[in-house]
Amino acid sequence: MTDVLEAALRLIVVFGAFLLLPLLVGQLEHKVMAHMQSRVGPMYAGGFHGWAQLVADGVKFAQKEDVVPASADPVIYRLAPALALVPYFVAMVALPVGPGLVGQDVDAGVFFVLAVMGVGVIGTLMAGWASANKYSLLGAVRQASQLLAYELPFVLAAASVVMAAGTLSFTGIVEAWQPWWLIWQLPAAVVFFVAGLAELNRPPFDMPVADAEIIFGPYTEYTGLRFALFLLAEYVGIILLCFLTTLLFLGGWQGPFGDTWLWTLLKAGALAFVVIWLRVSYPRLRADQLQKLSWQLLIPVALLQLLVTGVVMVAW
Amino acid sequence: MSTGTGLLKGLGVTLSTMTRRSITQQYPDVKPELPPRSRGVIALLEENCTSCMLCARECPDWCIYIDSHKEVVPAPEEGGRERTRNVLDRFAIDFSLCMYCGICIDVCPFDALFWSPEFEYSEFDIRDMTHEKGRLGQWMPTVPPPPALDPSAAESKELQNARKKSAPRPSETTADDARE
Repeated sequence: MTDVLEAALRLIVVFGAFLLLPLLVGQLEHKVMAHMQSRVGPMYAGGFHGWAQLVADGVKFAQKEDVVPASADPVIYRLAPALALVPYFVAMVALPVGPGLVGQDVDAGVFFVLAVMGVGVIGTLMAGWASANKYSLLGAVRQASQLLAYELPFVLAAASVVMAAGTLSFTGIVEAWQPWWLIWQLPAAVVFFVAGLAELNRPPFDMPVADAEIIFGPYTEYTGLRFALFLLAEYVGIILLCFLTTLLFLGGWQGPFGDTWLWTLLKAGALAFVVIWLRVSYPRLRADQLQKLSWQLLIPVALLQLLVTGVVMVAW
Repeated sequence: MSTGTGLLKGLGVTLSTMTRRSITQQYPDVKPELPPRSRGVIALLEENCTSCMLCARECPDWCIYIDSHKEVVPAPEEGGRERTRNVLDRFAIDFSLCMYCGICIDVCPFDALFWSPEFEYSEFDIRDMTHEKGRLGQWMPTVPPPPALDPSAAESKELQNARKKSAPRPSETTADDARE
């Protein structure tokens, strides 16, 4: 009985983080992006520097009509946002924040999280196909090609650090992590982060939703809460990517002045800032540039990193 | 590696912009500080207007409406001739047509029209954008004083003439002599 209670409690906490952290990142994005562009961003909602802007946005989305296009495939169309969002929640359950602070500790955590994150893209593909809109379909196909190109370096980079730690468990990797890995695994960390950004369609890799070309890609036809769910999925994805990078490459809760979950949050927060920073700084890549970056740069670098990791492991 | 430095420079630009204070003014809360010669609205000093119609005729989009009639002024002394003078009945500017060129203000020979920096007079009905002379007169207190002359600038012609008329020659100060 206590087991069930504890599991339920952990799930509730994870769900709370699942709803709260994306809002924090979204608000951070509003403000950081504004200041990077010499603006001030939202200032009125909630009174103090527009802190409640995203709450107001949520209320607005909830009020909007939920439109299903006449020629759309209604079942698939309605199911797609859920399929885009739920895998991220499932992945979040397996992410530890501190020693013992985890929804459910999975032995093969890295494998589990990477596998589940890949499912989320199917939601986008379903949305693009079921919308019966050429722009949606184009966006979905772009998404698919992007996924094919970037899943590989993403997994290869993660494999490098898994090899170094000799375990697939996040807790094990963080405990095996040493500061000099920052240099040793640096190429893998960069490849992992960049490929993760591309998987999430974050600018500068937002070709599948390029608004100037194909309106909003697979999400073009969506309105109201279902649209908000897709947006939420994107921001949960940022949270996941930042936590994954923190746990795999930055030593998770290890840090000076004792190991605490605060370090994990701090590192992940700094990475979230970098995600926003990159979005503001760089223009969108073209389709061919995107493929080139992956196949000609990231994948060779990831393979080289695997080689280096292997050689160091054997020679040590 | 020119690509790499370019990417880093891009990150540097956005980061340094973020640390600088934004120049945004929260308009409805903070009123903008407009320069004194801003072209906000045109004010009318009714007493100066002689209904000469110069402004209405020069206006490129014909947005000034003037109606007037003549009034007979009795002769000031016995046996003199009666004079007529113009009385302004209507003076209106349609700000929905006005393009804020300021030609009416430039051509007015009697200094009856002035620029005011006030700009908050939007309306829900386009017909309300036509300001009659009462409304135009209400803008007069918002007209800023003319900017001060440069310290080393020559005295204005009006002041020079006034001084010459009022002061007899011998009493002029040495400072004035030195300037001449």
